[in-house]
Amino acid sequence: MAETTSTVVEPSRRDFLFIATGAAAAVGGATLVWPFIQSMTPDAATVAAGAPVEVDLTPIAEGQIVKVFWRGKLIFIRNRTAAEVKAAEDVNLASLRDPQPDSARVKPGHTQWLIVYGNCTHLGCVPLGHQGPYEGWFCPCHGSIFDTSGRVRGGPAPINLPIPPYTFTSDTKIVIGQEATA
Amino acid sequence: MSQHSTTYVPKSAFAKWFESRLPIAGLVHSSFIAFPVPRNLNYFWTFGAILAFMLVSQIVTGVFLAMYYTPNASLAFQSVEHIMRDVNYGWLLRYLHANGASMFFIAVYIHIFRGLYYGSYKAPREILWILGVVIYGLMMATAFMGYVLPWGQMSFWGATVITNILAAIPVVGDTIQSLLWGGYSVGNPTLNRFFSIHYLLPFMIVGVVILHIWALHVPGQNNPTGVPIKSGKDAVPFTPYATIKDIFATVVFMIFFAWFVFYIPNFLGHADNYVPANPAVTPTHIVPEWYFLPFYAILRAIPDKLGGVIAMFAAIAVLAFLPWLDTSKVRSTNYRPLYKQFFWILVADTLLLGWLGAKPPEGWYVVVSQIATAYYFIHFLVILPVLGFIERPLPLPNSILDSVMGVKGGAGLPSGAKAEPQAKG
Ligand code: HEM
Ligand code: FES
Repeated sequence: MAETTSTVVEPSRRDFLFIATGAAAAVGGATLVWPFIQSMTPDAATVAAGAPVEVDLTPIAEGQIVKVFWRGKLIFIRNRTAAEVKAAEDVNLASLRDPQPDSARVKPGHTQWLIVYGNCTHLGCVPLGHQGPYEGWFCPCHGSIFDTSGRVRGGPAPINLPIPPYTFTSDTKIVIGQEATA
Repeated sequence: MSQHSTTYVPKSAFAKWFESRLPIAGLVHSSFIAFPVPRNLNYFWTFGAILAFMLVSQIVTGVFLAMYYTPNASLAFQSVEHIMRDVNYGWLLRYLHANGASMFFIAVYIHIFRGLYYGSYKAPREILWILGVVIYGLMMATAFMGYVLPWGQMSFWGATVITNILAAIPVVGDTIQSLLWGGYSVGNPTLNRFFSIHYLLPFMIVGVVILHIWALHVPGQNNPTGVPIKSGKDAVPFTPYATIKDIFATVVFMIFFAWFVFYIPNFLGHADNYVPANPAVTPTHIVPEWYFLPFYAILRAIPDKLGGVIAMFAAIAVLAFLPWLDTSKVRSTNYRPLYKQFFWILVADTLLLGWLGAKPPEGWYVVVSQIATAYYFIHFLVILPVLGFIERPLPLPNSILDSVMGVKGGAGLPSGAKAEPQAKG
């Protein structure tokens, strides 16, 4: 092997060039990674497909749960019975894992309609409606229990089923993906 | 590689010319022909060759499947059915590939427990062992992504559950999840990138396997006594001895493999994966492939999302620290009467976890999963470090030759029998 000897001990112009070149290469390399990573984020077509969807509520009978998709994500629309609404409202909030009154999870004047994301907040399975001790939902995957307000009441799920952004455009129509601007 | 009984001498003029430019024949000769192999190896040492065979088998069948497979959410399921029904011998390619993944894991689990039993992770083989853990991790990632490709119900919901697991990682979890999804949920972009990565990872495995074998050929192979090679009498040359034994074992393994492929090709799969993916309905009983079950049981045993995820990854990561968690200087469990019992308890515990992973997460299954999970960690973090101090090992043979000839070991520990960082095999 050829031997290289460093003759200069004092920091020199060459050292400066060496470090500056190295730094430029490092920054350049890191910058080049950026577009590659960005290409993996949701693309324009996927984002465009996330446009708001309108749902007509008239065909949904009392007690029924309907599944719709928005941005490829499952959403439950539940027309709750009076008993289910009452059960959801009469809960000691202190006993909840993720305390939230039912009124904060529905729109005023439309308390019978519960609209929540349909994937379990544990690992994303689809919970089964009208099942479990609170007859809200029961997740078959690892046993999470949700009440008629979609709040977690047992099992490994850490939080309540989240509420997607939506707004009532009339008494029987909602638009998912759009918050009221009023 | 200090003990080559013979060195490669190029004979023809061309061989000489070539060897002085690229000494690959010499490398092959010293690694796979003259390489000294302990003369007392048992059949557990053939699983390395079996694993190499399985890796090649997966790559060959995979490359052919990729010619007929379509990685698109609306076409993938049909393209797999097309492979099964229309492509000539497509059924064979797919069954070889799908069952091959299981065979690969059967072999790797035997290979890992072989290492655990004979203390193959101890000095001077720590890097070799850690590279093995890396290969195991890459294999799991590859198999997980491969299972998503047919885009059946299990594919879809397995992908959903696993990507949600990663979302539990603090700070970066959501970013990782959205980079894997390429959308707002598991969908077509997810399938595309999983196919791309599923094609890539096996070749990365090939790279790490080369490092793994390189790291093996520095200290040489461990053996059932754990006593290193001390003289030429302890060893035999790799060829023909190890070569023929490895080929024989691989052929026996191929018979086992063929039995699955030809007689029970769907035994290890799930019927639900023959139902096309439906994002609105989760199968009533979702379970991962059998080789993930012990880790799945650990995930579910912890009643907290992040805690479960940490425990699951820790269960794999703990293996990488084994060389330092095991404080005993004796390698082979044959000479460790106490550890021998704990070794078998660990095997039973892992099998129990695997069984629990397939059961619904309710009632006493949960409690037993928690106990078994706790024991798994106690084994590695408490029992293993403590045993090294309190256990009185049996006398070791003076050499591999002595043990083969039935000469009883002397009292105490002969110096070379202990794991020494600098010991050369
Ligand atoms: C480490 C090696 C590999 C493992 C463990 C592995 C594992 C798997 C698994 C478990 C499946 C699902 C099988 C099913 O249920 O249908 C699969 C599918 C697939 N793999 Fe691999 N694979 C490996 C290497 C490769 C390579 C190198 C390629 C391509 C070059 C490939 C291409 C495919 C294709 C196209 C499919 C979809 C067709 C099907 O589902 O049968 N695989 N793989
Ligand atoms: S995904 Fe629902 S409980 Fe785990």
